[in-house]
Amino acid sequence: MGTAIYLLAFSVLLVGLYAVVAKKNVIKVIVGVCVLDYAVNLLLVLVGYRSGGKAPILTPGEPVADFAAGAVDPLPQAMVLTSIVIGLGVTALMIAMALRLYEKFGTFDLNDIRRLRG
Amino acid sequence: MQAILPLPVVLPLGAAFAILAMAHVAALKRLTTLTALAAVAVNLVLSFLLLAAPDGRLFVGGWGAGKTLGIEMVSDGLSKLMVLTVNMVALAALLFAASYMRHFRAEGLPAGADRKLWLFECLFLLMTGAMNGVVLTGDLFNMFVFLEVAAIASYALVGFGCEADELEAAFKYLVLGSVGSAFILLGITILYALTGQLNMAQVASLLPKVGATGPAVLLAAACLLGGLALKAAMVPFHAWLPDAHPSAPAPISAMLSGVLIKACGVYTLGRVLFNVLGPSVEYGGVLAAMGAVSMLAGVLLAVGQWDFKRLLAYHSISQMGYVVLAFGAAAVVVSQGGSRTVASLLLFGGLFHMFNHAVFKGLLFLSSGAIEQQAGTRMLKELGGLARRMPVTSFCCRVGALSIAGVPPFNGFFSKLIIIIALAAAKLYLLAALAALVALVTLLSFVKVQRYALDGEPEGKAAGAREAPALMCVAMGALALICATAGVGAAFLYPRLFAPAADALLAGARALAAGGAP
Amino acid sequence: MSQSVESERPDRGGMTPIVQNTARIVASFAAVFGVYIAMTGHISPGGGFAGGVILAATGVLIVLAFGSRYTARIVSEPLCHAADAAGAMGFLVIALLGFVAGGFFVNFIARISPGEVGHLFSGGIIPWANLAILIKVGAALAGVFLALAAFRRVGIREEL
Repeated sequence: MGTAIYLLAFSVLLVGLYAVVAKKNVIKVIVGVCVLDYAVNLLLVLVGYRSGGKAPILTPGEPVADFAAGAVDPLPQAMVLTSIVIGLGVTALMIAMALRLYEKFGTFDLNDIRRLRG
Repeated sequence: MQAILPLPVVLPLGAAFAILAMAHVAALKRLTTLTALAAVAVNLVLSFLLLAAPDGRLFVGGWGAGKTLGIEMVSDGLSKLMVLTVNMVALAALLFAASYMRHFRAEGLPAGADRKLWLFECLFLLMTGAMNGVVLTGDLFNMFVFLEVAAIASYALVGFGCEADELEAAFKYLVLGSVGSAFILLGITILYALTGQLNMAQVASLLPKVGATGPAVLLAAACLLGGLALKAAMVPFHAWLPDAHPSAPAPISAMLSGVLIKACGVYTLGRVLFNVLGPSVEYGGVLAAMGAVSMLAGVLLAVGQWDFKRLLAYHSISQMGYVVLAFGAAAVVVSQGGSRTVASLLLFGGLFHMFNHAVFKGLLFLSSGAIEQQAGTRMLKELGGLARRMPVTSFCCRVGALSIAGVPPFNGFFSKLIIIIALAAAKLYLLAALAALVALVTLLSFVKVQRYALDGEPEGKAAGAREAPALMCVAMGALALICATAGVGAAFLYPRLFAPAADALLAGARALAAGGAP
Repeated sequence: MSQSVESERPDRGGMTPIVQNTARIVASFAAVFGVYIAMTGHISPGGGFAGGVILAATGVLIVLAFGSRYTARIVSEPLCHAADAAGAMGFLVIALLGFVAGGFFVNFIARISPGEVGHLFSGGIIPWANLAILIKVGAALAGVFLALAAFRRVGIREEL
């Protein structure tokens, strides 16, 4: 179980990377970047997993030592929240740019959006 | 004194949001430019204060003192140098922009529409605040967050004019930058999984215990260094730069080429290589190879360019290759137990060249913006004789061109000379010869620029050019002054700026170790 | 190649009355839920960002049900910008107030009156920071959606 899920997350990353590199449609490239971000966030959360662990929410009356020994690592979860927000900002910007690109070039095909050369 | 460490980050961010609110109140709308300039000017003063003060470190929120959960901010020699560079170039670019953006042809709006000026300043301040954060932080994930903030602001700024070329360049930059950032985060993830720490000092001290040369650390290093090399526009990750830097408005090109690829790319590469991963022959060798290839490829691709800004962008790749080569070679020397003096000299050359490049590349991009605005074109063949029509601008441009070409007594000559001598002293004769060759080709390239753009008779579009507005000239003149004095003043600057920075890098894993504040 | 999409769409008033009435009822509950998630961020999962996203999603619901023109009259771009700036400045003020207790972002309220685990009024500056982030993220995301929707309203020009 341990290695398999890391490999799965890594393959999602490769799928995202493939979409960014190989696809010629602007929207597919955007989806690829989003999938890439998801995969890295997934890997980050998986790092904090502890088998048999509980959610890291301290209930009233629980001794802190038991909590620290039994809960999954909350720090990757905090990092992933930040990373999701960053991904959201990038996605919003990408979509706005895609709209403008369509307005300027009339197409979403990256082969035609190629004025800069040299 | 370390209580003021968060301020260089907080001030521009706060000013950015203040401008966002002020822009919708009619009475305050005129004050947005002043607010922005004030924020960056105070930042510059703070960076001088930090320079004068002894090294310090601060755990934000008081979370330090034994608990390793807090985010640490660090002010050591290298941070002080970078903070000074970033704020200096930012102030010059903002001064320039205050006048340049008024005449910038914005999409669908009449020329000089003030509506976009506050947007520009808001994004500019976000980028500056985030870059200050990158250089002042001692925590890996915090560095990533600030990297991203600066990058997102720069993506929006590159496409600011919303013309077709700019949008294409901005989109390409965005996609490639996001891929790079994803890999940086992946590297940080693996390092966290191995050591359980995010603090740079803690990671550095724990890495040898978990096997510094094991496959996991190599994968983490590959991802991290690869992503950061993309931010620094090293070959083979340079494809975004020749499109993005010319398409941006001139002050943004100056910021991007002048400080963004340094603060977010080369500085973080050096920090991660020396202070987190620890210098080794593999990492140093890879970096040196990338630097050498970038140096050569950048300058060879630049020679055939006729678009002034695109030429400058390719030269940015080449010059950053110098700095990364110096860092890589220093890492190799240190890890092989070589002479500390040679490594220190290599680092001095690299850091000095980084500082110089920020100044003269900023100057060159600003002057190219002034030329483009006045003459209406940036193709070298259509320009000519600007030395007569725009004396101040072309004088500053000439100073910048001579600096980057490595002509004494300007600053570029000294930093390139130090790198070449240091490479020879480290017995890397082939690389030293390559560096000298690239310097020669750079000289060639800028002789071409001067001959076509500045010298000769005014013809074609250049005939209608007039001198740039006063504010733009002041900004360019200030940078030109620094170009002229930083070289001969190297002996003065060395003990104050560059020696502490080189020492901070060479101290390696011990540099960021919690030693308490003086 | 690309025609103006404006002429093919019905009046941009949004959706049918059934959807509008349902949205009217649901939107208030959703907004309250968003604020609840944000304010109990220190004792259960959620926090400022999640609450802000829910609040912005409420705004998106209103735009979809009632049309962007109607919504833009209530939630205009300057209002979004002002709320965005207010949230961010509030957060900065909280951080700078930490200097009262010794440093940047120090939890000065917790030092004065630490609460108990699981109580709503505990955690020091964290609920206040959550509130600031709620306002900021809600306004920013709603503003982003309105900006994209307004752009969409302009239509695709036939060009090139």
